[in-house]
Amino acid sequence: MNKVSVIIKREYLTRVRKKSFLIMTILAPLLMASLIVVMPLMMVSGSKDHKKIAVIEEGSNIFKNVIPNTKDEDFVYLTDVNKNDLLKTFDADGYYGILYIVPEAINAPVLFSKNQPAIGLIEHISSSLEKEIEKKKLQEYNIENLDSILKQIRTNVNLKTNIVDESGGTTQTSTGISMALAYIGGFLMYMLVFMFGAQVMRGVIEEKVSRVVEVVVSSVKPIQLMMGKIIGVALVGLTQFMIWVILTMGAVAILKTTVLKKTDMTEITQNMTQSIMTENQTPAPASATQANAMSPEMQEFSRLFDNAMNQNWPLIILSFIFYFITGYLLYASVFAAIGSAVDNETETQQFMLPVTIPIILGLVVAMGTMQNPESPLAFWFSLIPFTSPIVMMARIPFGVPAWQLIVSMSLMVVTFLVFVWMAAKVYRTGILMYGKKASWKEIWKWLRYSG
Amino acid sequence: MSLFEAKNVTKQFGSFTALDNVSISVPEQCIYGLLGPNGAGKTTLIRIINQITGPDSGELFLNEKKLMPEDVMTIGYLPEERGLYRKMKVGEEALYFAQLKGLSKSEAMKRLKYWFKKLDMVDWWNKKVEELSKGMQQKVQFITTILHEPKLIIFDEPFTGFDPVNANTIKNEILFLRERGATIIFSTHNMASVEELCDNITLINKGKTILEGRVDEIRNKWAGSEYELVFLGDVKLRENGHFKVLSQTFENGKSSIRLVAVSKLSTNEILNDAMNSGKIISFNPALPSMNEIFIRVVESRN
Repeated sequence: MNKVSVIIKREYLTRVRKKSFLIMTILAPLLMASLIVVMPLMMVSGSKDHKKIAVIEEGSNIFKNVIPNTKDEDFVYLTDVNKNDLLKTFDADGYYGILYIVPEAINAPVLFSKNQPAIGLIEHISSSLEKEIEKKKLQEYNIENLDSILKQIRTNVNLKTNIVDESGGTTQTSTGISMALAYIGGFLMYMLVFMFGAQVMRGVIEEKVSRVVEVVVSSVKPIQLMMGKIIGVALVGLTQFMIWVILTMGAVAILKTTVLKKTDMTEITQNMTQSIMTENQTPAPASATQANAMSPEMQEFSRLFDNAMNQNWPLIILSFIFYFITGYLLYASVFAAIGSAVDNETETQQFMLPVTIPIILGLVVAMGTMQNPESPLAFWFSLIPFTSPIVMMARIPFGVPAWQLIVSMSLMVVTFLVFVWMAAKVYRTGILMYGKKASWKEIWKWLRYSG
Repeated sequence: MSLFEAKNVTKQFGSFTALDNVSISVPEQCIYGLLGPNGAGKTTLIRIINQITGPDSGELFLNEKKLMPEDVMTIGYLPEERGLYRKMKVGEEALYFAQLKGLSKSEAMKRLKYWFKKLDMVDWWNKKVEELSKGMQQKVQFITTILHEPKLIIFDEPFTGFDPVNANTIKNEILFLRERGATIIFSTHNMASVEELCDNITLINKGKTILEGRVDEIRNKWAGSEYELVFLGDVKLRENGHFKVLSQTFENGKSSIRLVAVSKLSTNEILNDAMNSGKIISFNPALPSMNEIFIRVVESRN
């Protein structure tokens, strides 16, 4: 056993000392952090490029000032301008585009612009016009006190979801948070298993090609070398992962206090408040008055934050570690067997396909799982050991019955033990075979060799 | 007393028989030649001795006790196809292999310092392996093979890749190791080094032992029909019914002729013929070289 630790140490240290490890370890969290900080920043304060849109109504002024300005777009209502004239000059005049409304074809306005407009802008215009048209049509019925009736009718529905546990207690959850966690969990699992599994394979090929392996196996058993390598690489993976988590948290904190401070949070807040207020012209329902001290987006944020905290974090983290270790062991042992069977990396391709397919299938099913976490497809693929690490990670944030988790984990353990055992047999023969083009038939033969 | 013994070892790969009932007995403190053409099964036998693979049947003994997994600590192995981790530093790599053989880090460090000094390699310690020439890498590997002071050392073609100076250094080290009590199994195709170094040999062909014994005994046994005749002056000897000429050389005013007698009884006839051809300086039975024996034995079997 002492020898295995010598091997683990070498595998670990040579990888951790590599420049590429250092670069990956530093760059990845920087990229992650910039994504986390820059993306919302762009969403919130992306109004630098303010658009002006001219609204021309042919022969009437029903829609004057109907379309509210948003944080990105101003709507300028022009009365004494000819559409065809403006079409030639609107770009130079500083307009992003022209909204052209003809009363005779009220439900078919046209937006002229140089570029394809964003989907948000189109929806904003359509819904504003639709509301106005509906209002106009209602007015034709001559209902008394129409305005106050309309105000009374308008309702904001904010569907909250609650999960009921066995004891009848309820926890508020958010499907959005669950989806995000499912996505991150499934994708991270896929990435880690694949990346570090392939590293094991390259390590095995390196040893075989450089002929080091024969000296090593005259000192230790092939299975000791294989397991030492697999465990060493796993530790590299865990180290990198831990550094990423810590660095990402640190980088986010730093960027938050520097970049976000400079762009003046209050301004952003005001912008957002305005846009929210103008979009929902009516004030918030009376029940929300007690929370009025908080700005709406802070309210939303704290609600999301509470919901995120309501997730079963210990279960998510423990399952992630469990599925990473077992899933990695399963695939890394297969990768090690493949590496031992070939003479160079290009030869691995014929063996890679059958290994890659279940991993990718797992990822595809996991992405589908987010739409419907309880579908039969998600159920079966979260039990089948080859796909279960990825699919189960995508299911857990939505809640999984305990028995399914237990069945899936037990199957995983049994399968990885069988695969490590089989891989060791192939590996033992493969690493000492040179020049023979390995085929599936050949590998099947190696599996049955004794001693 | 034999240090290592293999009895009736058989190993099959599928339908191919790599070793068929092979037995060897290696006396203590001897250099034992393991010979045979390519694909004869030498590497398989060496791998079985190293317990890299197990035999299908047969028994192995070290020091007259059954060979056990922990015995790898007392065996050193320099494979023919050798390599090192190219990206590692020389010193670290040597330490790694020493630790795999069960040496503690401090003990390995002490011995490595001694050997690096002895073989004039101290400057290499912090270099990467890939910066070394092939011969330099071989030297590093030689040290890692013997560092744990194994009782049984297996060298598979130890001289390939060395220049004559370094080859000689390694040869002297091998002889020195034997003097200090090590037993050496030596696999090679270089028959001159077999004559020079080996006490005993086994010749394997197609998985079977076809010749074994002490080198001098084998050479004497195969002698008898070969002779060396030396004449004064440039003399050409014509073949006839009594003998065949193997080689003729003329050097320093003397002609050396190697010939093989057709039968034991024809030596007098040969001398008769020779006396008529010129002035004889000497007439001796010639020991056949291991090279000749190798070729003759293997070819007669094919």
